[in-house]
Amino acid sequence: MRRRTIVLGSLAGAAALTLGWWFAHSRDRLGDRTMFRAGSGQIAFNGWLKIDSNGRIVLAVPRAEMGQGIHTTLAQLAAEELDARWQDMSIEDADDLPIYRNVEILVDGVPFSPDDRGRVAQTARWAATRVAGIFGLSATGGSTSTRDAWEPVRVAGAAARNMLVQAASRRFSIPISELVTADSQVLTREGQRLASYGELVPLLANVTPPIRVEPKSPTNFRLIGRSVERLDVTAKTMGTATFGIDVRVPGMVYAAIRHGPVPGSRLRSLPEPVDSLPAGIRSIVRLPHAVAVVADSWWRAERFLARDEDNGLKPEWELPQDASRLDSPTLWARFEELGRTAKADFVRELPKQGPAAEPLPTVRRLDAVYKAPYLAHATMEPMNCTAWFNSRGGLEIWMPNQSASLVRMVAARTANIDPDRVFVRTTYLGGGFGRRAEMDLVREAVLIAREVRGTPVQLIWSREEDLRHDFYRPMALAEMSAGLDEAGRLVEFRQRLVAQSPSSQFPKRNLGLPENGQPDPNSVEIPAYRFPSYRVEAVVPDLPIPVGFWRSVGHSHTAFFEESFIDEIADATRTSPLDLRRALLTGRNRHLAVLDRVAAAANWHSPPPPGRARGIAIRASFGSIVAQVAEISIDRGQIRVHRVVCAIDCGPVINPAIVIHQMRSGIIYGMSAALFGEITFVGGRVQQDNFPSYDAVRLADAPQIDVHIVETGHDAIGGVGEPGTPPIAPAIGNAIFALTGQRLRALPFRIA
Amino acid sequence: MIELRINGTFRGFDVELEKPLLWTLRENARLTGTKYGCGVGACGACTVHIDGEAVRSCTVATGDVAGKQIVTIEGLAHDKPHPVQRAWIEQQVAQCGYCQPGFIMATAALLARIPAPSDEQIDQALTNICRCGSYDAMRRAVRRAIVLIARRP
Repeated sequence: MRRRTIVLGSLAGAAALTLGWWFAHSRDRLGDRTMFRAGSGQIAFNGWLKIDSNGRIVLAVPRAEMGQGIHTTLAQLAAEELDARWQDMSIEDADDLPIYRNVEILVDGVPFSPDDRGRVAQTARWAATRVAGIFGLSATGGSTSTRDAWEPVRVAGAAARNMLVQAASRRFSIPISELVTADSQVLTREGQRLASYGELVPLLANVTPPIRVEPKSPTNFRLIGRSVERLDVTAKTMGTATFGIDVRVPGMVYAAIRHGPVPGSRLRSLPEPVDSLPAGIRSIVRLPHAVAVVADSWWRAERFLARDEDNGLKPEWELPQDASRLDSPTLWARFEELGRTAKADFVRELPKQGPAAEPLPTVRRLDAVYKAPYLAHATMEPMNCTAWFNSRGGLEIWMPNQSASLVRMVAARTANIDPDRVFVRTTYLGGGFGRRAEMDLVREAVLIAREVRGTPVQLIWSREEDLRHDFYRPMALAEMSAGLDEAGRLVEFRQRLVAQSPSSQFPKRNLGLPENGQPDPNSVEIPAYRFPSYRVEAVVPDLPIPVGFWRSVGHSHTAFFEESFIDEIADATRTSPLDLRRALLTGRNRHLAVLDRVAAAANWHSPPPPGRARGIAIRASFGSIVAQVAEISIDRGQIRVHRVVCAIDCGPVINPAIVIHQMRSGIIYGMSAALFGEITFVGGRVQQDNFPSYDAVRLADAPQIDVHIVETGHDAIGGVGEPGTPPIAPAIGNAIFALTGQRLRALPFRIA
Repeated sequence: MIELRINGTFRGFDVELEKPLLWTLRENARLTGTKYGCGVGACGACTVHIDGEAVRSCTVATGDVAGKQIVTIEGLAHDKPHPVQRAWIEQQVAQCGYCQPGFIMATAALLARIPAPSDEQIDQALTNICRCGSYDAMRRAVRRAIVLIARRP
């Protein structure tokens, strides 16, 4: 496919897009107090913070809490600048306003490594901030939320503190310069307590928000950098936290759904049931691609759909020919052929990084073909969306989702109403992993809600529907090739990737933009390794299988391919895996610091216990650098991962406990995929239907995981939601090789 | 009308005998702490106590538990959190939190049965799935809960 760039002019016809104002600076994202609805007894400082007379401070959080701790992290940033007590902080789901929109997520989509500060890269980022402002997208993903909020939330907190000090100054007739704040109080410099923040609330209405404030210098941080308690843990432990599937609206009914068996199926016909509908079943809803049943109980609706051929619904599907012929073996054969012969959709060639000299002849080549399968997300909370055309002409949506902006836009477009009449509430997410950035359930729930107009309806997908109709992490094939010179040194590193691209498919199905046919930017990032000569080619096949963002996206397979192949090169050149990496990372001080730390912490230079072996891998992704060492054994063909040592440089750390938790989380998620994860097709139908056929790591399999946060002085915040996942598969694969001599080039790992 | 004894209270429900207890709890009793994760007993998110034993409520018909003592996550705490819940909060176990009620119920049942279980006994009892991978924190929380329960007067 021809490379196409997004042209803003072509968006003018996309009716549902809201053109907001563009911005680049934090102060533009502060907003004013009318933007954050204040209840009785509350007053807002700006678009992000409000306070009540009891001193309870509320931060508007426009990001989805899916376990990554973002609600806590954002509140911590605000509390720091406010000099508020942690116990005074609370959060509220934000409305979908331009000031909350995630600039970083679009900036991160440019195909330059976050470390690349060159002019071209910076221009691309600047352009993306413009697009972010114009697009106006609030989204939680790409491990960008903390990076994105770092400035605006702190500025909002500093502005709020400024207003509290102004109020105290006026009240007590003391100059602002003589006042300090601590623990939700304003005091004199001598330490005399003047007023708590709550006591100042009645004065705030007359205080003018400052035009400009500077957040604190990091040397003055008291909360940032500490593992403060998470705001959501108690409710989740007591069972009172509301996930999307727990939403209960008075009069609500439930909908269960069956999609056609192969991707792209259309519902051709649905004969009217011969008998009258059983008790409790309200209606049957025909959707273009699915059948839904509405009932007063989801279990009843789902059971009705599951009835056998004789006394159940008999939908007839139009099956697209190409999709119906999809079988995993044929897909792999096609990918192998594309790998050999197809013209690349993307090429990146790096010049030699050494002194300009005659190219060294390659006397020996190393070639290997790597494979990684389709993967499902399998969030613990099944997919769900609750929709209601209320009696005031509005459309209310409750959903665990990763982009309230997209939900609102897609709901409005589906219902053919103005986006201003759509109200979105984002609940807790029982796992996101990229699946809940998709808008398919919004369309379905709105269409079903329209059929039962006036009644709220909660659409829930069964686990089977979830596994069979996911937006999968793409399957990928990589032809890896290395050239060695006479002295056995690596001079050439090549890879040819074949994989569908979620970043090409996603804008089309959710925003109506054309597919660009380009690979995921993060599967073709410029490598940190200083290869004398480097070339990556990517082929993006056009297939009907839906692919989506899966935790760490392109890195989830390319890290496996590259970090395993680097070990193959180490073996071929009789260098240790650690030494080869160190040599190739000359001058990459952050990488070296992380690599050296993980090696030391894992006792890399001492032999492992008998029967065990270790493997190492390092990957930079989403602004952070992570290295892992996995220590494994193999018992009757079963891989047992005993211990994983993980080192991360994520720049400034706001909450160390959250960073550690996210590393453990990413490792277990990647380990489940490496050991068990595989989605296969027969006749276009997904073969896996529930956890028994798509298993996950359990407590008994879980390794001890030690996480080390490495301070390299890097000053830009990196993400932590995804970077823990890419290194674990290659670390395990490299350990398998060290233990057995078997080089496994396909996932999931199967010991011969 | 089936009468169930849930969290110490008798309540009547007009549901089919074969309706899984999970859905009677979530839809009729309006107790949403017990979660649907798979519907086939493979993930443990729906774990409750029936006469003191940990049971996956998606695998049990409502008709079969009439008259038995059912405890859900909402009924685990009395005037204060259950020691398992205290340990879970102390260790900050929950990430997304969806699987946690099931794990907590399974742990509470285990520790009521075996107050000082070995690691192997813990592994065998806690076979639930956590997609967020909170296992390390859970192991520490289980050990902490053992101590808190032992200290109870």
